[in-house]
Amino acid sequence: MDVVVCVKHVPETAEAELKIDASGKTIEKTGLVFDINEWDDYALEEAVRIKEKQGGTVTAITIGTQDTESTLRKCLARGADTAIRLTDPKFENSDAYATAKILHATIKTLHYDLILTGMQAGDDGNAAVGPILAEMLGIPHATMVKKIELATGTAKVNRELEGGLEEQLEIKLPALFSVQTGINEPRYVSIMGIRKAMQKEIKIMTLAETGLTENDVGMAGSWINIQKLYVPPVEKQAEFLKGTPDEIAAKLTDILKSRGLI
Amino acid sequence: MAKIFVLAEHRQGQIRDITYEMLTKAREIAEKTNSELTAIILGNNIAEQAKTLAEYAKTVILVQDPRLENFNSEAYKKILTKLITEHKPSLVMMGHTSYGIELAPRLAAALNTPLATDCIDLAFEGDTLTVTRQMYGGKVNVKATARKAETYMATIRQATFTPQKPEPPANGQITETPSPLTEETTEKRFLQYVLPPPGGVDITAAEKLVGVGRGVKDQANMPIMEELAKTLGAVLACSRPIVDKGWLPSDRQVGSSGKTVKPKLYIALGISGAFQHVLGMKSSDLIIAVNKDPKAPIFSFANYGIIEDLFKIVPSLKNKVNEFKTQKA
Repeated sequence: MDVVVCVKHVPETAEAELKIDASGKTIEKTGLVFDINEWDDYALEEAVRIKEKQGGTVTAITIGTQDTESTLRKCLARGADTAIRLTDPKFENSDAYATAKILHATIKTLHYDLILTGMQAGDDGNAAVGPILAEMLGIPHATMVKKIELATGTAKVNRELEGGLEEQLEIKLPALFSVQTGINEPRYVSIMGIRKAMQKEIKIMTLAETGLTENDVGMAGSWINIQKLYVPPVEKQAEFLKGTPDEIAAKLTDILKSRGLI
Repeated sequence: MAKIFVLAEHRQGQIRDITYEMLTKAREIAEKTNSELTAIILGNNIAEQAKTLAEYAKTVILVQDPRLENFNSEAYKKILTKLITEHKPSLVMMGHTSYGIELAPRLAAALNTPLATDCIDLAFEGDTLTVTRQMYGGKVNVKATARKAETYMATIRQATFTPQKPEPPANGQITETPSPLTEETTEKRFLQYVLPPPGGVDITAAEKLVGVGRGVKDQANMPIMEELAKTLGAVLACSRPIVDKGWLPSDRQVGSSGKTVKPKLYIALGISGAFQHVLGMKSSDLIIAVNKDPKAPIFSFANYGIIEDLFKIVPSLKNKVNEFKTQKA
């Protein structure tokens, strides 16, 4: 089974304080740690597990500048056989639609039985590239996938619905699945694995090699253009408790006491 | 007259709340742009549900087919492609839910219709659609515009708009359109619903909850959280990453894909407050949040906030509460 995994190199922002940069159209990236998008991490792990069970290959693809190679190296170290980096200044400011076009132009030339993506990216949170790509490739898809069972020519997948409910679907292969977090437990990479991965080649492709034109990608080829970023207005704010940890704990205890909660 | 389409979302006979939230926002947009609000409902034996929608929308398009018994994005895509091509609505709205996430991007690609996902606000400026959405887990808002088109598509975040039934009811006209489906969708078939495993702990019944998130950092720190919960007589709950990592079972998860809770006390430790989590706990009586990031969205929902390392606060709080309990005894 040949699996293609689409991955994105994103800043870890869950616990970071973010600042909007001078252009007003993106955030200040200095000081942020970049890594593989959390959802893609699960997609990659799923791909490697499928390869280990069934044989075949895993190809990791990303779009971005040279620094995204650390994410591709991670994929190679985890068990991907091939890595492709699509890069061109013209790709900048591509939305989900333009991104899907870039991926499509490359993936259509590869052999695949399955394409895996993360359900969304932690930065722009569109949750759209996967299904758009599936439409362009003319293959069925499922999003928010929490379980994949492969059979001959088909797969049974569980999709996350709401409140803990899931649905099970049967989907013909080749297909594209966008993976939800928690589908597996991504493995740690050994130092040996990373060293070995450093020697593997990353294939680089530019706009010209994808067969697309300038008008297909970037802002020109996008559906949606960002006008400005801003800090969400605070409608209501907590009353902040200040002091040393012990002072804060004492204040909290008083609050809980006064409300009869302890 | 331009039309605005709202795709009704329903599961196992129940119209989901997002439908009414969208209809309420769509009515406002329709009034501003002098458009006609149309609700679309696809399913099997859903004439009654269509009547409910007619209280909210001027027209209701109903398509019934046994093949629509359960949601299937491929079947929906075929029908909606036909309806959108025929009616040329200026805007099509769907939920940013497991329904809309599955359907909207693919439908938009098939029709080459600009799509903005997970919108928290949207409006027409002239004939261009402008949307507000969020990036970086809700830490940044984005104002964006769609490329000029005849039809725009948007998926709408849940619980963003407060549903309001029009007064008097819209008394809309229901038009039943024959199903264009000619065969079963074979490339993608619904098999069954899978219920969550019966859980040992019912967090919805707990009066006090200690909710832990990514900030806990390591599984080795979980006992410290459990101890605090025990001291407070609370039950340990969590946000999604903790379940994904397998540190707590899924029945402890608070949020849109987990449980909705309304305890007397909710202490959020190391939870940034992504909207999926907030959706599940914002109605708690008293919310206390501890987070290192002063801009964490959770502080907009908490009564009391503490900007500090949770590992400094948790042991101190446990000691203070224990001291108080000893005094009382």
